[in-house]
Amino acid sequence: MKALAALIAVFFFVAQLAPGPAWWAGPQPEEDTYVVPLADPVLEARAKALQRELRCLVCQGQSIDESNAPLAADLRRLIRQQIQGGQSDNDIKSFLVARYGAFVLMKPPVRDDTFFLWFGPAMLVLVGVGVIGVIVARSRRRLGNDEESDLKLDVPEST
Amino acid sequence: MTGELGQLALCLALALSLVQAFAGFTGASRGNVRVMAMGRGAALGSFVFIALAFFTLMFAYVTSDFSVQVVAENSHTAKPLIYKISGVWGNHEGSMILWLLILGVYSAAIAMTQPTDNTANAELGSRALGVQALIAIAFLVFVLLTSDPFGRLYPPPFEGNGLNPLLQDPGLAFHPPLLYLGYVGLSAAFSFAAAALVDKRNDAAWVRRARPFAIAAWTALTLGIAAGSWWAYYTLGWGGFWFWDPVENASLMPWLVATALIHSMMATERTGAFKSWTLLLAITAFSFSLIGTFLVRSGVLNSVHSFANDPRRGLFILMILFVAITAPLTLFAWRAPKLSPGAAFDLASRETGILLNNLLLTAAAATILTGTLYPLVLDAAEGIKISVGPPYFSATVVPMFALLAVLMPLGPIFMWRRTDWRASLYKLRFAFAAAMAAMLLTLAILRPDSVLGLLAVTLGVWLIGGSVSDIARRAGSFRKLRHLPASAWTSALAHAGLGVVALGVVGATSWKSEAIQVLSPGQTMNVGGYALRLDATEQVQGPNYTADRAAITVMSNGRIITVVHPEKRSYPVEQMVTSQSSIRTTVLSDLYVVLGDSREGGGWVVRAYVNPMAPFIWLGAVVMAFAGFIALGARLAAKLRAARAGAVTASAAAE
Repeated sequence: MKALAALIAVFFFVAQLAPGPAWWAGPQPEEDTYVVPLADPVLEARAKALQRELRCLVCQGQSIDESNAPLAADLRRLIRQQIQGGQSDNDIKSFLVARYGAFVLMKPPVRDDTFFLWFGPAMLVLVGVGVIGVIVARSRRRLGNDEESDLKLDVPEST
Repeated sequence: MTGELGQLALCLALALSLVQAFAGFTGASRGNVRVMAMGRGAALGSFVFIALAFFTLMFAYVTSDFSVQVVAENSHTAKPLIYKISGVWGNHEGSMILWLLILGVYSAAIAMTQPTDNTANAELGSRALGVQALIAIAFLVFVLLTSDPFGRLYPPPFEGNGLNPLLQDPGLAFHPPLLYLGYVGLSAAFSFAAAALVDKRNDAAWVRRARPFAIAAWTALTLGIAAGSWWAYYTLGWGGFWFWDPVENASLMPWLVATALIHSMMATERTGAFKSWTLLLAITAFSFSLIGTFLVRSGVLNSVHSFANDPRRGLFILMILFVAITAPLTLFAWRAPKLSPGAAFDLASRETGILLNNLLLTAAAATILTGTLYPLVLDAAEGIKISVGPPYFSATVVPMFALLAVLMPLGPIFMWRRTDWRASLYKLRFAFAAAMAAMLLTLAILRPDSVLGLLAVTLGVWLIGGSVSDIARRAGSFRKLRHLPASAWTSALAHAGLGVVALGVVGATSWKSEAIQVLSPGQTMNVGGYALRLDATEQVQGPNYTADRAAITVMSNGRIITVVHPEKRSYPVEQMVTSQSSIRTTVLSDLYVVLGDSREGGGWVVRAYVNPMAPFIWLGAVVMAFAGFIALGARLAAKLRAARAGAVTASAAAE
């Protein structure tokens, strides 16, 4: 009997974590998600900035700044508590990462396994510039030959 | 009866698509005018039947026919009519029918603009219709096997489940159709490119046929993305308009490649340059559309936006994707070395500019794809979960956009093949001065705390200034403005439009003010120069919801400006609560007021934001789309003129 009760409890717990309706999981049944802002505007601004960098773990890709989920509200209160307790932004982030994993940070970590994620784009652009260089060089060579055979560049300016 | 009619229509559309594919390809390879005509007829017929299926589905929704399963799952008798209609595409099955409908529209357009002889041009179009038919066949089979909207529900329920209240918005009427007209429309360029790869004669001629379709698709996609962004902005209740959400990225990637495509097409049509790049871009653009379709519907990605689906559908689309990408690329690899290069050009030339432009746009698209898929890949490969959110894209893609923005005003000024770059840069001196002035003003008056914001303002003014000086220089006087060629206006407006968007984005993100406070009736809060006083709240009844409606007086400097009425709506059928924000826009900025929860003791949480220049984001997109319309209109006008001239000479010859 106890096992059954435990199973039902686990089921309900897991059901809370399941994604909501197929579309936007935005405004959800309103519980108390109002978080009292900090009195000090500088600290409050820090809290707001931090909110945008942390992911709402039960939502579909929203930050805790955007989400109305109760968990997001709890996290917003938590970071304000920690800011008032004197923790730095990095301390708070490390605390949350220790609890929830790198998943909670909107910015992916720069590690070995995210090498291509972070450096791929720049590498792609560099390779592309190289390719363009080759294309332009080849074209200039042809242009030189064309000029030797006296071809005119008479393509007018407007498309 | 309607369900079966729709089902039959889909099957007939499939049959006609098979005919279209067969006739399109064999007619072209044999040069047989009659078979090619059969292909055209099949394309039109297939379109008619898909339209029939679409309107049959719409009829089922409008009459609340709950014996059709998708209607029961997504509709309700009390739903307002406009949402019964637009709710047709508010779910996976219905939106696939819309997808097929738009594909049919483009196929029909290709068929109707086809020459009826057996010239190379006609054969090209015939093969293009064949490729369109193959795409239609693939997706019709997909729909019939895995996503049939005409499945019956027996016994039919008395009432449906209703539509997600967030979708009960005019945005649903515009955003998906525009978006689909965009990225499904890229299939036309894809089909012409694939057709051209088969036939050697059409190396550059295909561009002339395909370009209007590419521009039309790009214009629609620009408006579709803007509509989606605006819809998110006023509906989600916190003033955000872009979240780098996977589904948003799925629409942005084809847009970036389509932009590169229309520029590359310009070069190919002009000097025959970049034939292989243009082919590749046409194939890539639609491939990104298909990738997007896959990402949104397969359920592999975590998004507020995605349709919830079973993996069978994902697998099917993946197979289609695989064939659609590898087949043309194989053709391309085989044929590309044989393509002749275009006219030679120097380092300082418009061609180089277009190459850089294409590089940056496709690199941005590739980066967005990487960022979107990386969490998936890492999870599958190593079981590690990470998030790739806005900070990543800001760090990687935004610098590419910034670099693009720097180069953009140079494009219309640089000449083809060779340009005196010093003289060209000199022509932009006023724009440069304006940009520097804007930067210094921003530093002095607004004291921005982010480099990005400063850069965005500078680049926005640079883009707008570059376009203005381009037009001014070409016209020379106000009188001559009327006689400028359309092409001058298209580039100026499109580039300036992007500048306007940049200014809007920086205003709405860097300089927004926000305030959240609990107000009792009579209390006031301050935000960004406005004072907001909560006067009263009342309960109102809507067609399918009840709402708490607040009356909030907006004052500035003691003067009353207006009264706004944000609402919190409760939809009993769907069991959801949504916020209807009140936005008061002065075109130069938005005041955005949201009613939050009620607190014990009679107070209400009120959230208010002031978003300076936010309307520019969407106005800029409209300006860009307007440029696209001008481009299309100019072509149409030129065609009509040529037709009339042909008729005149024909009648003159007859006399």
